Amino acid sequence: MSKNRIKKATTHVVQNEGLLFEESRPGRIGYSIPKLDVPEQPDDQLLDRRLVRDDDLEGMPELSEVDVIRHFTRLSTWNYCIDHGLYPLGSCTMKYNPRINEKIARIEGFAELHPLTPARLAQGALEVIHHLEKCLAQITGLAAVTSQPAAGAQGEMTGLMMIRAALTERGNPRKKVLIPDSAHGTNPASAVICGYTVETVPSRSDGLTDLDELRKQMSEDVAALMLTNPNTLGKFEQNIREICGIVHEGGGFVYMDGANMNALAGVTKPASFGIDVMHLNLHKTFSTPHGGGGPGAGPVAVTAELEPYLPFPRISRAEDGMLALDFDRPKSVGRVRAFFGNFGVLVRALAYILTHGDSGLREATETAVLNANYIAHHLKDTYDVPYPGRVMHEVVFSDKRQLKYGVRNADIAKRLIDYGFYPPTMSFPLVVHGALMVEPTETEGREELDLFIDAMKSIDGEASEDPALLKHAPLTTKVGRLDEVTAARKPVLKWRSGKGD
Amino acid sequence: MADTPEDLSYTKDHEWVRVKVNEATVGITAHAQDQLGDVVYVELPKVGDKFESSEPFGSVESVKAVSEIYMPVSGTVIEVNETLNDSPELVNEDPYGDGWMIRIKIDNPAQVDALLTSIEYDDYIKEEAAE
Repeated sequence: MSKNRIKKATTHVVQNEGLLFEESRPGRIGYSIPKLDVPEQPDDQLLDRRLVRDDDLEGMPELSEVDVIRHFTRLSTWNYCIDHGLYPLGSCTMKYNPRINEKIARIEGFAELHPLTPARLAQGALEVIHHLEKCLAQITGLAAVTSQPAAGAQGEMTGLMMIRAALTERGNPRKKVLIPDSAHGTNPASAVICGYTVETVPSRSDGLTDLDELRKQMSEDVAALMLTNPNTLGKFEQNIREICGIVHEGGGFVYMDGANMNALAGVTKPASFGIDVMHLNLHKTFSTPHGGGGPGAGPVAVTAELEPYLPFPRISRAEDGMLALDFDRPKSVGRVRAFFGNFGVLVRALAYILTHGDSGLREATETAVLNANYIAHHLKDTYDVPYPGRVMHEVVFSDKRQLKYGVRNADIAKRLIDYGFYPPTMSFPLVVHGALMVEPTETEGREELDLFIDAMKSIDGEASEDPALLKHAPLTTKVGRLDEVTAARKPVLKWRSGKGD
Repeated sequence: MADTPEDLSYTKDHEWVRVKVNEATVGITAHAQDQLGDVVYVELPKVGDKFESSEPFGSVESVKAVSEIYMPVSGTVIEVNETLNDSPELVNEDPYGDGWMIRIKIDNPAQVDALLTSIEYDDYIKEEAAE
C-alpha cells in the first residue's frame, strides 16, 4: 500500500559490484604500449636498486578498460546527485550546476594552464580572477576580495587573521570572539585557531540574536562578532544594523559567514548593513559543484580599512594594461594558499555570475526564498516548526509531532530516500532538537517541490500507521539502514584481502 | 523516561553527582543520553586535572553531535572511567552505573548544596520540554 504513495521513485535493476581488487584477473590489462624504438635498458641501471619493486606489483588489480569503465559506471548508479532531483540539504545550497560553467572551465587555456606560468603569459587566467574579485566586491558591497581561500572555513580563518592583524596594529589584538548559538560549527573552530576564546551569544525565542545580551557581552576584550545572516534557522537578522553598530562602538569588527548568501545575492549588500569582512562559498551560492563534486572556494571580501591585510600576491593592473602580481604588501597576513585557490572553481563562478547578470542573480535569490517559503507553508500543519514565520532560503522543521509514534528525524530522513529524495540536513542547527533543515534552492520547479511536499506528508501518515516501517527505511535502496553507530564506535578504516585474516 | 535516582544530585546541564564525603562520582543523566542518541566516543580529562564549577571537563560524541560535559562542582579528577574508551555505549545502557565518567575530590562541599535534587531535576526537564 505504502509503495503506491511513492510517486517519484521506482525500483529498478541495480547491479552488484565488488571492489576492483576482487575483480582482478591475472594477466588482464587495459593498455598497449608500442615497442621501444631505442635499445631497452634494465631498470636497475636507470634507477637506484632500492627504488625498484621486486614483487611484480603483487596485489595490484589487473583489469581491462571495459572492466574499469563498467565498475565506475555501476557504482555511479548507486549514487544520488543534484542531476537526479531535489537535494534539500539545508545550509549546503545544493543547486543545479549549469553546464555552461563546465564548458567554460574546460577551455584548454584554463584547464591546461600550468600554475607556474609567468604572469605575462597567463593574462587570461589573471583576468578571470581579477574580474571575479570585482564582481564579488560589487555583490557584497565591500572594497576588495581575495580568491585564495579554498573553502568557507579557510575564508573564516583568513578573515579573522586580518581582524587580528588590524587590531594588533591598533595596539591590542583583544581576546574574544562572540558567536551566536545558531552558528555554523566552523565559526568557533576558526576563532580558536586564530588564538581567540569563544563566547556564545544566545538567541531569542524568535531565533534572532538577543541585542541586550550582545550589549552586555560587548567589551574591550571582544575582537569580533561572527554571525551568519540569514542565520542557520533561515531567519534574517532584522536588527543587523544595530548589531553591527554595537560591535563597532565597542571597537570590534563584524565577520559575516556568507554560507547563506543565496538568500541575499543581488537583493542586498552586506556592506550596506555594516559587515566588515565576510566569505562567500562559491560552491554554494555561485553554483560550482558542491560536495563530492567539489573542490570548494571561499573568497573573502573586506572593507577598505582591512584591504591592506589581504593575502598576497594581489593582482593589479599596470600602466600598460597588463595584469601583474603584487607581492609588495607589507601589512598582508601572507599567503593562505598556493597560487590563487581552486582556479577551476573561480572560472565556473565567474561564468555563473556573468550568465545571470544583476537581474538574474536577484531573480535566483527571490526564487530560492519563494521555494523555501512554499515548502514551509505546505508542511507547517504536518511538521513542527520550532521558529515559525516567514523564512529566507531554508526552513527548519523538527520531529516533535512524529516523536509520539517513536519516529525520529533520522527515520523520516531515511524514508525520504525511498521516495526518491536526498534527505535534508539533520540535527542542525543544534538549538533545535530533532531538526530537519530543508533548503530547496531556486533551481527546483514547482512539480519537484510538490513531490517533496507530498512525500513528507505521506511519511507523516506512515509514522502514525506503521512506525516500524520508518524504523527500517530505506527499504528500496541497494543497501538498507546502515549501522552508523557501530561504524562510528568500531570503525574499520582499511580494506584487507580475504586471504589470511 | 527512566526513573531519576533520588540519592543523586543534578545540574541544569544534565550531569549527575554521587557525593561521598569529600569525593564525588560524575556522569550524565538518562535524559541527557536519550537526547544525545547513541554515544560513539567519550573524551575525558586526566587524573590530576583541576576544574572550576561549570567548566567543561570533557565531551560526549553521538552520531548527531558533540556536546561538552560540565563540572558540577569545583574539584580535582582522581579517577577516570577508562572502560568508556572501548565501550562508550555504557553511557546509553547504564548512565547512572557503569556509564559513570569521572571521580573527583571536591574543593568546596558547600557547592554541592546548590545542585538540584531528583525532583527539582525532573521538574526542570519537564519545563525544558514544554518550551
